[in-house]
Amino acid sequence: MTKTADFISICRLEQLERERGATALVAGHAVAIFRTYDDQVFALGNYDPFSKSSVIARGIVGTRGDIPFVASPVYKQAFDLRTGACLDDAGVSVPAYEVRVEDGLVLVGPRKR
Amino acid sequence: MSTRKTLVVAGHGMVGHRFVQAAIERGLTERYDVIVYGEEPREAYDRVALTSYYEVGADALSFLPGGKYEDPRAVVTLNTEVTAIDREAKTVALSDGTTQAYDVLVLATGAAPFVPPVPGKDLKNVFVYRTIEDLQAIEEAAKTAKAGVVIGGGLLGLEAANALHKLEVETHVVELAPRLMAVQVDDAGGATLKRHIEKLGLTVHTGVMTEFIDADKDGVEDGKVSGLKFKDVDEVLPADIVIFSAGIRPRDQLARDCGLEVAERGGILVSPNMQTSDESIYAIGECAAPGGRMYGLVAPGYTMAEVAVDALLEGPGEFLGADMSTKLKLMGVDVASFGDAFATTEGALELVYSDAVAGVYKKLVISEDCTKLLGGILVGDASSYGILRPMVSSGIALPENPEDLILPASRGTAQIGMPDEAQVCSCMNVTKGEICKAIHDEELTDVPAIKQCTKAGTVCGSCTNILKNLLTEEMEKSGKAVDKSICEHFAYSRQELFDLIKIGQLKSFDAVVEAHGTGRGCDICKPAIASILASQFNGHVLDNKTTGALQDTNDAYLANLQINGTYSVVPRIPGGEITPEKLIVIGEVARDFNLYTKITGGQRIDMFGARMEQLPEIWKRLVDAGFESGHAYGKSLRTVKSCVGSEWCRYGVQESVAMAIELELRYRGLRSPHKLKGGVSGCARECAEARGKDFGVIATEKGWNLYVGGNGGAVPAHAQLLAGDLSKEDLLKYLDRFLMYYVRTADRLQRTSTWIDQLDGGLDRVKEIVLHDSLGLGEELENEMARHVDTYFDEWKATIEDPEKVARFVSFINAPGTPDPNISFTEDRGQIRPVTFDEPVSLGSSIPVGAPQ
Ligand SMILES: Cc1cc2nc3c(=O)[nH]c(=O)nc-3n(C[C@H](O)[C@H](O)[C@H](O)COP(=O)(O)OP(=O)(O)OC[C@H]3O[C@@H](n4cnc5c(N)ncnc54)[C@H](O)[C@@H]3O)c2cc1C
Repeated sequence: MTKTADFISICRLEQLERERGATALVAGHAVAIFRTYDDQVFALGNYDPFSKSSVIARGIVGTRGDIPFVASPVYKQAFDLRTGACLDDAGVSVPAYEVRVEDGLVLVGPRKR
Repeated sequence: MSTRKTLVVAGHGMVGHRFVQAAIERGLTERYDVIVYGEEPREAYDRVALTSYYEVGADALSFLPGGKYEDPRAVVTLNTEVTAIDREAKTVALSDGTTQAYDVLVLATGAAPFVPPVPGKDLKNVFVYRTIEDLQAIEEAAKTAKAGVVIGGGLLGLEAANALHKLEVETHVVELAPRLMAVQVDDAGGATLKRHIEKLGLTVHTGVMTEFIDADKDGVEDGKVSGLKFKDVDEVLPADIVIFSAGIRPRDQLARDCGLEVAERGGILVSPNMQTSDESIYAIGECAAPGGRMYGLVAPGYTMAEVAVDALLEGPGEFLGADMSTKLKLMGVDVASFGDAFATTEGALELVYSDAVAGVYKKLVISEDCTKLLGGILVGDASSYGILRPMVSSGIALPENPEDLILPASRGTAQIGMPDEAQVCSCMNVTKGEICKAIHDEELTDVPAIKQCTKAGTVCGSCTNILKNLLTEEMEKSGKAVDKSICEHFAYSRQELFDLIKIGQLKSFDAVVEAHGTGRGCDICKPAIASILASQFNGHVLDNKTTGALQDTNDAYLANLQINGTYSVVPRIPGGEITPEKLIVIGEVARDFNLYTKITGGQRIDMFGARMEQLPEIWKRLVDAGFESGHAYGKSLRTVKSCVGSEWCRYGVQESVAMAIELELRYRGLRSPHKLKGGVSGCARECAEARGKDFGVIATEKGWNLYVGGNGGAVPAHAQLLAGDLSKEDLLKYLDRFLMYYVRTADRLQRTSTWIDQLDGGLDRVKEIVLHDSLGLGEELENEMARHVDTYFDEWKATIEDPEKVARFVSFINAPGTPDPNISFTEDRGQIRPVTFDEPVSLGSSIPVGAPQ
């Protein structure tokens, strides 16, 4: 069970540029934070399982159909911003984290189930 | 034990050269020492392109610059004529007075222009049109000439006339027959052609016979041409130059003198394997007459060369005649003739379309029962040649309304079902079936790929349109409609987007997607649009409002992402020239930031292993020392590589380093569909490997040759000559136009070589646009480049001066001072080397992977 207290604040929403990622340090982990065009905020693990490097936040953000996604900057696999599922390789995913925006603050919570 | 034998080749022309090449490639030199004698003062050159000598110079036409084959067992001796053959002794006599023994002799002596016995033919300023020396002499005479006459209105005569016209001599063409190009076209076609040519300012006299050539001084031995007197015409046509182009005759005298059999109408008789009546002697090219007939085109000659090599290797090759169809552009006019153009087949019917206003004449010759195409003539518009000619050779059934094939804007020709056996490319003998199979099996999706895979369309290129059509058909069949859309967000090709953005003056991705797209873009369209915006407006690529969020990995941080999430840094070193002080700075920066250093292929230095957050600090040091961005990360100009040039080199003829620096500084920062590389060599030795670059500049005695469309990589391409002996001004002008036109019209991630290949008309099209400004775009393209040059700034300097941009370069937005634990190094050969991990690495490993507790 997760409680509100499990969310930690990362930065102010304006610090994030639209359709660009930023990397945050969340409990020792590199987490990629994205603000989409419609001001939703998503968080994924920053580690790219294909290239084995910590880079997901540096990918290009866009849409595939209705799915908001980020393309890994290394080999360009697309990951669903909402779930972390790889759209190009069904078996692969990166962790996705709960995100809230409260009073202009971006808060990252536990891993989504 | 067999010892090595000697193979002597008489004649180093187009076919002789091809023979030697094939002999080397196929291993004939394992058995024979090949000795070639060439009578001309220069090694083999592209005689077909002879006229372009005036534009590009002799060097560019050469097939063997330097005159040496890579295989030392094949040796060429120039300026040496074979004067006699002693078949008994198996020796040839040479013009230098020596003899040479042979085991096998190959005659490749070509043909000579036929000069009819007209009085005055030996006067000064009477020329033929066959060799570079002929053209040089004509050029010299043209300097003081007012008017010139070409005797002969055939293919070569018209080419000579065009050259004379371009040398700014008032030009007349005189033809005995009642029409031009009597061999290829009929009266109506000839008349259409004549109108085209007269429009260009030449005068055509058909159906006239030359009685004599008049001289300026009566009775003086070496008088000069002063005019031409026609039979039954009183006035003399004043002229200072006469060029004979009244046909060619095989050079078979050597063979006649030693008793070899010759054909009735000239030419050395050979069997289908190119053997003459003496089994040790072969004849190939224009001097040969397989089956009693000589061929005045180069393609059959090449085939003969291959067949002869095959025969000498005991192969089964035979020469089975050749397709004498012709398609060419004469003075800008399309002319084609194929198959039974004169309807000589019994019962043949003619179908004619003629538009005197537009200057178009087309004729189809069809079989009596209207089911088969037998031949045809096209003047003024030969676009359907590519489909019509194969219809003749394959004998496929005509469509129900054959007139559709020649009516203007006909329904295209793709719909006509060709059978699989239909030969699409007659140069390389590739059938429709083979092409479709390749498209299908190899999953080819563009024409250059088809060309590469099947070799179709790689010689004359006239079937390119059919290849395109076949591709479309095949893709449609397999449900893969040829979709030009760049991605799901934009139903446009890159070129279309480029134009839409330009016309709409759209300055941001949001504006573009709102006007022409859907969704929020992706990793394909965003960098493409960023590149287009950068090409057109030259703003800062990290500019928040326009392109900041569109950049691909490398552009986004103005550095090259490497395997472990670190970056490499490449400062610009124009032309590869660097001072010791600057070298020391690079060394110090690399040492202080513990970076791995390596010299790149583009003559600069790459520093690896920089963490993203270190980039601004590293660049601060570099910028302070006078460095600027090298754009190694961008789809943009990388480097212009150079050799050391005439400033130091004993062989250099121009200052290649200075030129390379100038070009690199001119085009630095230019965003393009793919990376762009250049090279400048200071002489023909080409030490800078410039022809392996998108644009290569090679110094000549008179200026610079410009080559375009080269690249290394997985599919290497040699750059091809765009223009020769250019002044620096012209070089810049043409290069500006070329690059800008490429930037405008190429597809995303399309290198210049594939771009040129897929243009309708290929390199010739590029020449028309760039050199002859056929689209009237020249000035606009030059202005665009001028704007680029004027607005260039160093984007790294601008980045470190802007706190907002620098703010992006942090490891963690909430812990800017903490380095990412996923990055670490070991050491190898005295430098750092990245380590990768199979799992994410966390700081404070007591916290389990997953969520914060
Ligand atoms: C202006 C022009 C345009 C042309 N355009 C086309 C075209 O568009 N398409 C096409 O297919 N063809 C074209 N041709 C024809 C084409 O150039 C010839 O078919 C081709 O060059 C034939 O090659 P070859 O080796 O047989 O003869 P050549 O290229 O003439 O070579 C023969 C060589 O042998 C040398 N030689 C002769 N006798 C001796 C001897 N006894 N000892 C030593 N050396 C000797 C000659 O000097 C010459 O260098 C054109 C020709 C000209 C002149």
